[in-house]
Amino acid sequence: MALIEIHDLHAAVHGKPILRGVSLSIAPGEVHAIMGPNGAGKSTLSNIIAGRPDYEITGGSITYENRDLLALAPEERAAAGIFLAFQYPVEIPGVTTTTFLKAALNAQRKARGEGEVDVMQFLKLIREKTQQLGVSDDMLKRPLNVGFSGGEKKRTEVLQMAVLEPRFAVLDETDSGLDIDALKIVAGGVNALRSATRAFLVITHYQRLLDSIIPDYVHVLAGGRIVRSGTRELALELEATGYAPFGQGSAP
Amino acid sequence: MAADAPYADPFKAVAEQKYKYGFVTDIEADRAPMGLNEDIIRFISHKKNEPSWLLEWRLKAYRLWLTLEEPHHWARLDYPVIDYQGYCYYAAPRRRGDGPNSLEEVDPKLLETYKKLGIPLKEQEILAGVTEGIAVDAVFDSVSVATTYKKKLEAMGVIFCPMSEAVQNHPDLVQTYLGSVVPYSDNFFATLNSAVFTDGSFVYVPKGVRCPMELSTYFRINEKNTGQFERTLIIADAGASVSYLEGCTAPQRDENQLHAAVVELVAFDDAEIKYSTVQNWYPGDEEGRGGIYNFVTKRGACRGRNSRISWTQVETGSAITWKYPSCILQGDNSSGAFYSVAITNHRQQADTGTKMIHIGRNTRSRIVAKGIAAGRSNSTYRGLVRVLPRASGAHNHTQCDSLLIGDRCGAHTVPYIEARHPAVRLEHEATTSKISEEQLFYCRQRGLSDEEAVALIVNGFCREVMQNLPMEFAVEAQKLIGISLEGSVG
Repeated sequence: MALIEIHDLHAAVHGKPILRGVSLSIAPGEVHAIMGPNGAGKSTLSNIIAGRPDYEITGGSITYENRDLLALAPEERAAAGIFLAFQYPVEIPGVTTTTFLKAALNAQRKARGEGEVDVMQFLKLIREKTQQLGVSDDMLKRPLNVGFSGGEKKRTEVLQMAVLEPRFAVLDETDSGLDIDALKIVAGGVNALRSATRAFLVITHYQRLLDSIIPDYVHVLAGGRIVRSGTRELALELEATGYAPFGQGSAP
Repeated sequence: MAADAPYADPFKAVAEQKYKYGFVTDIEADRAPMGLNEDIIRFISHKKNEPSWLLEWRLKAYRLWLTLEEPHHWARLDYPVIDYQGYCYYAAPRRRGDGPNSLEEVDPKLLETYKKLGIPLKEQEILAGVTEGIAVDAVFDSVSVATTYKKKLEAMGVIFCPMSEAVQNHPDLVQTYLGSVVPYSDNFFATLNSAVFTDGSFVYVPKGVRCPMELSTYFRINEKNTGQFERTLIIADAGASVSYLEGCTAPQRDENQLHAAVVELVAFDDAEIKYSTVQNWYPGDEEGRGGIYNFVTKRGACRGRNSRISWTQVETGSAITWKYPSCILQGDNSSGAFYSVAITNHRQQADTGTKMIHIGRNTRSRIVAKGIAAGRSNSTYRGLVRVLPRASGAHNHTQCDSLLIGDRCGAHTVPYIEARHPAVRLEHEATTSKISEEQLFYCRQRGLSDEEAVALIVNGFCREVMQNLPMEFAVEAQKLIGISLEGSVG
């Protein structure tokens, strides 16, 4: 059974239609990749899943764990296990990465009726995860994303994912702006989280990331619709042909 | 669209302000007749069994006050002319017998009140492992109702008692220092306070003694139409050090209550005074009805060489805040600091800042002011840095940051800088920012509610100031920031 079921989703921003009937079904344990040219609606889709305001849903539905996802506030979605790794992580001056992450974890635990973790438990948890991801103690003590390099920001996103242990994670162009080493670290973090109960939606412009995070399915989003679906071979094919056959955009 | 809630405008100020300290204690009170005249001042002085010099001082202040005009021009505050005859200038919970000499004799209703407020009045209620404890002086309307840990402090020579008791037991110290930093003629509200002040705390730390625990006073206005005019005096003799914290709350009432306090600090050679305030007077409702008018004069004199005074304030309450805790840096190498967080929401108005007066050589001052405005409120930083001709090598660094929540509030920065010596360094930095939709959404995606997100972001914004609070109170103050911004988003 699907973990998340997107059905004929239509959405607009400031009255301009962006998504024109997207349908997608993702089962636990699966990794789906969405590729497509700029402006195809890839980020719109990830933002709508996470509940960002300013998007107008003009039709269709999203069902997550048998619940109407679109009826939930962003924080309720987070507590239900939805995580978005942001394309442009936001700076929070004066709030250290540790403080932020502890507040987030406890807010989610509280919403789920679980007990809050105390400082000692939290530090133990975060230490385990940082070692896996090569995040330095220094980064944990600095205000979240303030003065972080592109690579540091993306690693911190993956660290947050590792600590919050979502059931469904969306990675919105997490590979953009990363050099090959940073990409490997980020991909390693994602792969370490892959499990039979967790699903991922990896949004990318380039097939490069999919060499490290091997997807079960690949979809091409163009003009607000999924125009083609396939397996990993589709990504390799796209690398050769570009997005031109889908009517817009240029080859990567 | 499936539901409005998740997409609602996050900056729409709708929810009601929840002021959890708004309850009233039902207790019989001794009250002076309403209004103000010389008989009322004699009544207060008589109630407190004061020496004649103090009564004369009060009357002198009162007669001067009659000639002064309520200030309405320079501060960015809009409030009606106050009817001073509409207040009661003395209210005390009626005493059982001769009044409490120990906690066992304090009216249980009062103990219950402070328990509800989270103020430890029982000496065994020590915060685990942080310090040895916190000595508390609790002022209820016009009088002090309990002071804890007095005996323990006395053993070290530290005097910590209600001002009215200090007048009886340490008249020389009081006569020497009262009005020596803020003279009775200082300004309209300080002059009023000098005439009618009722209680407050008195602290004396003798030479070379480091006060072993936090001293704290808890002010509570309970009675209706009552003004609270406390007067606090703290003296740190040579080489002494003390950390003092005051907290304030009041019941929720539709009328505006008046609070006009004076605080004087004196630090001698190598002495240090750290004064922290968490001000949470009732701020009024979302339409601006009710709330405390808070007109406060606070000033510290660094009289000795290498003396240090720091003011840390977290101002979240009051309908009107008019307050400029200042330092007179007279001793060579003395230093002053002002760390401030001022939060206004709904219709609150705050005009607050500091004055750093550099008189001695190589004096240093640091100002960090964080103003947060939400709703339809206005928050103003007003600060003076003045360097006098003898103050060679003076150094000031000022940092003023404003954070706006929503688009109907205002933040204003009004610095005054006067340098009369060429060899000084004065630096001023200022920023204004808004909490962005992106920050809010990012936090909510990680599981924080709107209000939790705002509280976290604002606490981050205030971090530099909050770090200066005594550890025991930092956590409370952080929570208070969240509470005072409730209803600012939603």
